[in-house]
Formats: sequence, structure tokens, C-alpha cells
Amino acid sequence: MADGTIGLWTVPLAVFGGAIRVSTPFLFVSLGECITERSGRINLGLEGTLVMGAMSAYGISYVTGSPWLGVLAAGVTGALLGALHAGICSLPRVNDIAVGIALMLFGTGLAFYLGKPLIEPTAPRLPAIDFGWWSDIAQVRAALRINVLFLIGIALAPILYWAFRTTRWGLLIRTAGESSDAARAMGYSVLAIRLRATMVGGFLAGIGGSFLSLFYPGSWNEGLSSGQGVTAVALVIFARWDPMLCMWASLAFGGAAALGPALQSVGVTSGYHLFNAAPYILTLAIMIITCSPKRTLTGAPAELSITR
Amino acid sequence: MTSEVAGPAEAVAISPAADPGFLQRYGGTIEYILIPGAALVGALGVFGMFVALFGKSPLDLYFYMYQGAFGTWFSWQNTLTRAAPLILTALCTALPAQLGMVIIGGEGALLIGALASTSAALTMQSAPPLAVQLAMAATGMIAGGLWIMLSGGLRQYRGVNETISSLLLVYIALAILNHLVEGLMRDPTSLNKPSTREIGAANMLGSIPGTDVHWGLVFGIVAAVASYILIYHTVFGFAARVAGGNIRAARIVGLGVGKLIMTVCFLAGASAGLAGMVEVAAVQGRTNANLAAGYGFTGILVAFLARQNPLAVIPVAILLGGIGASGGLLQRRLGLPDASVQVLQGIIFVFVLASDALYGRIGFLKGKS
Repeated sequence: MADGTIGLWTVPLAVFGGAIRVSTPFLFVSLGECITERSGRINLGLEGTLVMGAMSAYGISYVTGSPWLGVLAAGVTGALLGALHAGICSLPRVNDIAVGIALMLFGTGLAFYLGKPLIEPTAPRLPAIDFGWWSDIAQVRAALRINVLFLIGIALAPILYWAFRTTRWGLLIRTAGESSDAARAMGYSVLAIRLRATMVGGFLAGIGGSFLSLFYPGSWNEGLSSGQGVTAVALVIFARWDPMLCMWASLAFGGAAALGPALQSVGVTSGYHLFNAAPYILTLAIMIITCSPKRTLTGAPAELSITR
Repeated sequence: MTSEVAGPAEAVAISPAADPGFLQRYGGTIEYILIPGAALVGALGVFGMFVALFGKSPLDLYFYMYQGAFGTWFSWQNTLTRAAPLILTALCTALPAQLGMVIIGGEGALLIGALASTSAALTMQSAPPLAVQLAMAATGMIAGGLWIMLSGGLRQYRGVNETISSLLLVYIALAILNHLVEGLMRDPTSLNKPSTREIGAANMLGSIPGTDVHWGLVFGIVAAVASYILIYHTVFGFAARVAGGNIRAARIVGLGVGKLIMTVCFLAGASAGLAGMVEVAAVQGRTNANLAAGYGFTGILVAFLARQNPLAVIPVAILLGGIGASGGLLQRRLGLPDASVQVLQGIIFVFVLASDALYGRIGFLKGKS
């Protein structure tokens, strides 16, 4: 079909398709961070985890020929970085935000170091499910080529929502986040709970990174992630530590981030960089609107250092 | 290089051990040198093992690092040239830290400062060079200052976490820079690498006589010393440290915490903005994406390694500048990727933070034995 037939509809369609594609890393990182923050710790290092995940997924997929092994490797890498974060934070008087900043620099540096030989070769990508088979219009088909990881992420949000409310693990994580004294009084080790929560958070963030290198944009280079990890951490804060809100916010962010490329595809090139910065501007704007100096945020885990 | 860092501290710590009064008085200071020094040595050790995994000799690594950083007069000049912006961006983290704030957006203030100072230079092309340079410094500092003040204001008046907002502002600053450099401010002759027009050779900052090190180093040292005096020897600095220690106590004794936060954040941003001006006026000569070289992020590490002390920032910035300067040699001689410097910085950062757990726990420094 010719481009002209759907005219300006290209833009909302591309934003829709982009929202699905671009939101997946946001979705995984924010759900992972949601688990970590609910346990009372913040891991700002997920930006580094995301990049490490992207690199290791690409490398393993290239070496083994199986993109799914790559996804697994990304998750394991993320969990290891999470364990490192939690391990250092377990030491007395160590600030979790500062450790996050350190791991952000360490993760990106290590990924660039190890990923140097991976810039040239092409690794097998993750397959997509074609939900647009019924349409003849190329743009519709492109927008509806959906990756399985996105569907897993979407399914994960309500599962987490349910798990936080009703399961033993969810309750333990929340107890550690609300009052470490209470958790300790019940005979649980707060540090062990936070270690697991941070590792699971890192695992999910690593998978989010694998999506970047194995599906969209679908290659490994040093400019792959520019702040998606940080944005996702901020997103958890105004999503009020609620997995369902994290999911909706991720979708909105994906849409915002897809605006620049969508407009570029119809020939609007001025302001391309500003449109690319839309997620950051949006995050900042939403944080300005939703935060307040007078009260702590509703739903904030009491032990979290970032809400004060 | 390893022995250089820890050597003097150990020598001081061991020789007067017979006098417990000495340790009681200076034990804390020695701790502040010994523990980060040990963290640095540990990080270098781990980095050596990491490099050994790739079949490179750690001894070669240390040798070339020393050569590239401090081995020759040429490498010393390279090191000092890199230290200049690091001192200034480190102050962007160290000053708000006195108030208990974690600002990590120095890179954004640097970029905005660079843009503003370039615009100032381009609009007053016919003015005498000194006037242009002063205007560049002033606009760069004001723009960078306002940029970080935005984070401080959001924290104070909207309760937005300053760490996250300052980091988001880095990405926004980069987008503004790219937007202007590829649009409004683009020099049509810059084809492959979109840039602004050059500020002109006459307006460039020169070198310190007898060296190839530009005047930015002096700016940095002056700014660091001034910050030290401000924080430790003025009423304003005392008020800031009180507010950093206990914000409620500060409010009760009637300190204007909001004004303190805004002023300190402005000074912090102004410092990073000046780093941007220096990079334009002494190194690049124009604004383009090259300016986002990561000085702002390395500055965070410098500030933490210096334990947020403005005076300690100077030697630490020289040390980290040296590590950065040795990157080229490591690439050429050992075939290490350019990211190896970043890996080492990350490892150092992790070690320094983990070493926070050691303070007050080293028995012989308490003067008890």
C-alpha cells in the first residue's frame, strides 16, 4: 500500500506502535525497581543494569545463536549487579543512592568495555508475533508486530499487584519496606529480603535491556540507552509504587518517546532532539505536579531514603 | 602509582604511634586519607585482575597508567588540563552535599554553561577579548547556576528528589544542546559534526606561562579554595553545615533553609557552568556534542572520593584527571578499549562507597592502644 492512503494517521499509528515497542524497557525496569523500592531500598544503578543487560543479551545471542538464551543471560547479569548493589548497601553507613550512582557508571563502563567487539557483528534477534495479519496497510502491520517480552511485561504487572497484596513474599517485602524493625521482630532478616528484592529487580531490568539490543532498536552500540533506566526509576515514584500504575506510566512514556521518530517519519525533522527528550521532560513535569514538600507521598515505603 | 597514594598516609600513621595524644587529635584526618587511599589501592588491584582476565599484564597496566598520568612533563600537562573541569564539576556535587543534598547533574550544568558562554562570545565578536572572556564566564556561570538552582528549588518548594531531577536535567540539557547546535546556532560549514561557529582565536583562554595547561586550572583551584573558605570559615557555610546536619534544628534556630539551598545550588551550578565555559574557551573553541565528554559524571566520583571536601577535591581531581589522561596510552600500548577508564572509575567508586563502613572502626587510629 502507498503511504498516502492513511496520510496523517501515520503519526498516531506510529506513536501507538512505538508506545508498545519503546515502553517495554520502561516496563521491565520500573516493575523491577518497584519490587526493590517496596523492600525499602532504591537502586539508581538500573541504568547501568539496563546497558549491561543489553550487551550480555546481544553477546550471548551472537555466540549461541539463541536470542532467548541472551534474554536469560541479561537477566542473570542484572541479578548479579543487583546482588552487588545489595551487598554493598548491607554494610553499615553506606548510602544506597550513592551506590546506585556508582553502579550506573560501573555498569555502563563495563558494558562498553566488554561490548566493544559486539558493535560489528549481527546477532539473532527476538521474534515478533504478527497481530496485524488482517490488515493490508504496511504501517498497521508494522505497529502490530508485537514482541513476546512486551506481553510478558504486561502480564507481570497485575501478577505483581496481586503478589504484593496477597502472597507471603509480597507481604514480607512490604514489611521490610515499611518497618525494618517489624520485619526483624518477626524473625526475618531485612538484609536478606532486600538482597532478594534487589536481585529480582536487577533481573527484570536486565531483561528490559535485552529487549533494547535484541528487538528494538535491535543492535548493540554505546548510545543504546540514554537515560531510560533513570526515567524508569523516577516513574516508579510517581506511579506510587503500584505495579499497575507503573504499567500505564510506561505505556504513556513509550508513546512520548515514540513521538520524535514518528514525526520524523512524516517529514517533521525540526525539534527532533527536543521530541526525543520528551520522556525526561514529561517525567520532570509529572514529578513537579505530583510531589509536595508538605507531605510524603502516599504509598511510599516508609524506609525509603529517597522520599524523606 | 599505588604506593604513591597510600605511602605518605601510612608513613604518618605509623611513625607517631607511640604518642596517643597525636592520634586522638589527628586520627580522624588520617582516617580520611588512609581509608580512601586504601579503597583506591583495592580498586586498582581489582582492575588489575580484571585486565589480567583478558591476558594483559597488570604490571604493564600500572606502569603505563603511571607513564600516561604522571610519568613525563607532557603527561603531567595532559593530566592537569583534564583536572581543571573535574575540580569545577566536583564542586557541583560537593557544595550541595554540605546541605545533605545529592546533586549529580553537573554534566547538565556544564553543557548549559558551555552553550550560554558560546552564545555570549558569538554575540559580541567585536568586543576586546578580555571583555568577551569575562562575559563568557559570567553567562556560563549564571546559566549553569540557574540550571542546578532549578533542582534545588524543586526539592525545596515541590519536594521533588534532587538526585533524580538533576540527572533528568542532564538529558534535557543534552537535547537542548543538540537542538541548538543542529538548528539555530549551527555553523553551516560544519558538515559531519554539527557545531556552532567558533568563538575566534583571539577570544580563547591562553595557557599558564611556561606550560600547555590552560587557565581553567587556576579557575578551578580558586573556586575550590573559595568554596572551602565559604563552607568552613564563614557564617554562611556554618549555617549550611547546620542545615545539612539537621534540617529541623536549622529551621528551629531560624535559618532560612530555602535561601541556603538556592544559594548553594546556584554556586554549585555556577561552578559546573564555568567548567563548560573553560572547555569552550580553552579547549574546543566552539560548542558541539564533544562537550558531553563525561566530566560531569567523573566529577561526582571526585566529590565522593574527596569526601565532599572542597579542598580535597583538588588533589583527587588531579588523580582522576591522570587516570583519564592515561586512557590513550592504555589504548595504544595495551590495546584496551577506551571504556577501560570508565570501568576503573566505576570500580573506584564502588570501593570508596563500600569503605564508608570502615570509619571509626580502625582500632589503632582511635588512640586507645
